[in-house]
Amino acid sequence: MHKLNNATKLTDLSRVRSEHRRLGPTVAGVTSVAVVPRPASAKLTLQKVSQRYQSPHNGQLLALDNIELSVGAGEFVCIVGPSGCGKSTLLHIIAGLTHPAAGEVFLDGKPVQGAGTDRILIFQDLGLFPWLTVAQNVEFGMRMAGMSKNERREKARNYLRLVHLANFEDNYVHQLSGGMKQRVALARALATEPDVLLMDEPFAALDAQTRDLLHDELERIWAETGSTIVFVTHNVREAVRLGDRVVLLTFRPGRVKTEFHVNLPRPRHLEDVDVAQMARDIHDELRDEINKSLEAEYRHETHP
Amino acid sequence: MKRILKQAVFYAALLAVWVIVAKLKIWPPYVFPEPWGVWESLKAGFADHSFWIAIGVSMKRIAVGYGISVVLGVVLGLMIASSKFLEETLGGLLVSLQSLPSICWLPLAVLWFGLTEKAILFVVIMGSVLSITIAMEDGRHQMPKIYSMAGRNLGARGLKLFYFVLLPASLPYLVSGLKQGWAFAWRSLISGEMIFVSLGLGQLLMMGRDLNDMSQVIAVMILIVAIGYIVDALVFRLVERRLQEKWGLLPAA
Repeated sequence: MHKLNNATKLTDLSRVRSEHRRLGPTVAGVTSVAVVPRPASAKLTLQKVSQRYQSPHNGQLLALDNIELSVGAGEFVCIVGPSGCGKSTLLHIIAGLTHPAAGEVFLDGKPVQGAGTDRILIFQDLGLFPWLTVAQNVEFGMRMAGMSKNERREKARNYLRLVHLANFEDNYVHQLSGGMKQRVALARALATEPDVLLMDEPFAALDAQTRDLLHDELERIWAETGSTIVFVTHNVREAVRLGDRVVLLTFRPGRVKTEFHVNLPRPRHLEDVDVAQMARDIHDELRDEINKSLEAEYRHETHP
Repeated sequence: MKRILKQAVFYAALLAVWVIVAKLKIWPPYVFPEPWGVWESLKAGFADHSFWIAIGVSMKRIAVGYGISVVLGVVLGLMIASSKFLEETLGGLLVSLQSLPSICWLPLAVLWFGLTEKAILFVVIMGSVLSITIAMEDGRHQMPKIYSMAGRNLGARGLKLFYFVLLPASLPYLVSGLKQGWAFAWRSLISGEMIFVSLGLGQLLMMGRDLNDMSQVIAVMILIVAIGYIVDALVFRLVERRLQEKWGLLPAA
């Protein structure tokens, strides 16, 4: 477990990563607990991404400020920050659903233009289509790509099996529980075989047991498919439980505050002592930002 | 069950009042017929096929006119909803035009198209297209944004996005507009058919008037109401029910 507090070093993550590859994860004054293979090439790179939005009171507000982020192929990165730090906005920008005010997003070194099935976002509210059955939802991306009916039915079955929902392919979405809907969304996203999977607080609304189960499943599927995942959450422990790396964003404007490499052995559990300890360390860093966020909310309430 | 009983009692009472008033002979029978006079007219109308022909002609017209209205309304509504400029200009115009009774389009239609099939179709379309357009526009606005984002994210673009995402996603909002559009189309059709020898139900009404045959007038009116009701119950309520089941909008049984 180590912590990189040096922002200047972080701006050049690809360099850090290549050093990791050559020298093992003990560079940058770090003592690692376990050796996690660090991918060499950057799958996804964000360069000086900024975003503004129109505030009803004070004109233009800076939501994201010069975000620099690099995610390696097959890496599981968790982004943590207080509410209002622009985490969701960041994912929307990566997905190409929102244009940043400045900066660029690169996938495999090429700048991305608009939405594309190489980056699939699982929305906080999932956005499953209620007029389609579970199987049709999973098939949707393949259908748009023009895949034949039999082929996509077959693939959808495989992905539904992967998320343990094979028996529900003909159900409609509203007939499923919250955890099952999550898994449908995951299957639908995976079925397009994206290069990068973007997840926006996907498990926030679930009960603890279901969330634990889905953590296990997500970790297994990530290992099986080798996906690159960017996972946004406000739950630090969840981030440590899942991520290879935890990126901390500041409160308004969102900036990269610090990064933590989580070199704990997998599979992990939320209750693991190491996970709890590291989550506490990260939380200490985060506390200031959370306070700022709460203060802002309080100010807003007293002086609307 | 209780509801059906209440309805039976209500209609029986209505019929009784009708019989009593007719029996009092305040007005002559050709002004205020008895129920069985109307019943005879209905039987005679179906027996000599004149009602069947009228129903056939009117249904064909409404199918064509309403069909055009639906396509036009959906496309127009989506266009308006996706352009701020159109919304502020055309959108406003359509809302104000909606206060115009569709029969007001008839003189214009007759001047443009003559006493033809086209004139009637024009009135039917003008009568129903506005409510469908406005419902589609509303539906597009009320539809949660997440569906179109999810659709784009999964690779749906342009026409595919429209057909596979925007249209089905706005259907629950659109369906009330389609229903209203149908009712307006049906009314406009009957009014349009009244003005010349058009073979439809509207003309049968006028024929009853010309022959001073109040029984026939009422018989045709009953027919018009019945068809309107049947289409509403068979088509729209089924569609609504199906939608609610799919979307899970039904209250838990």
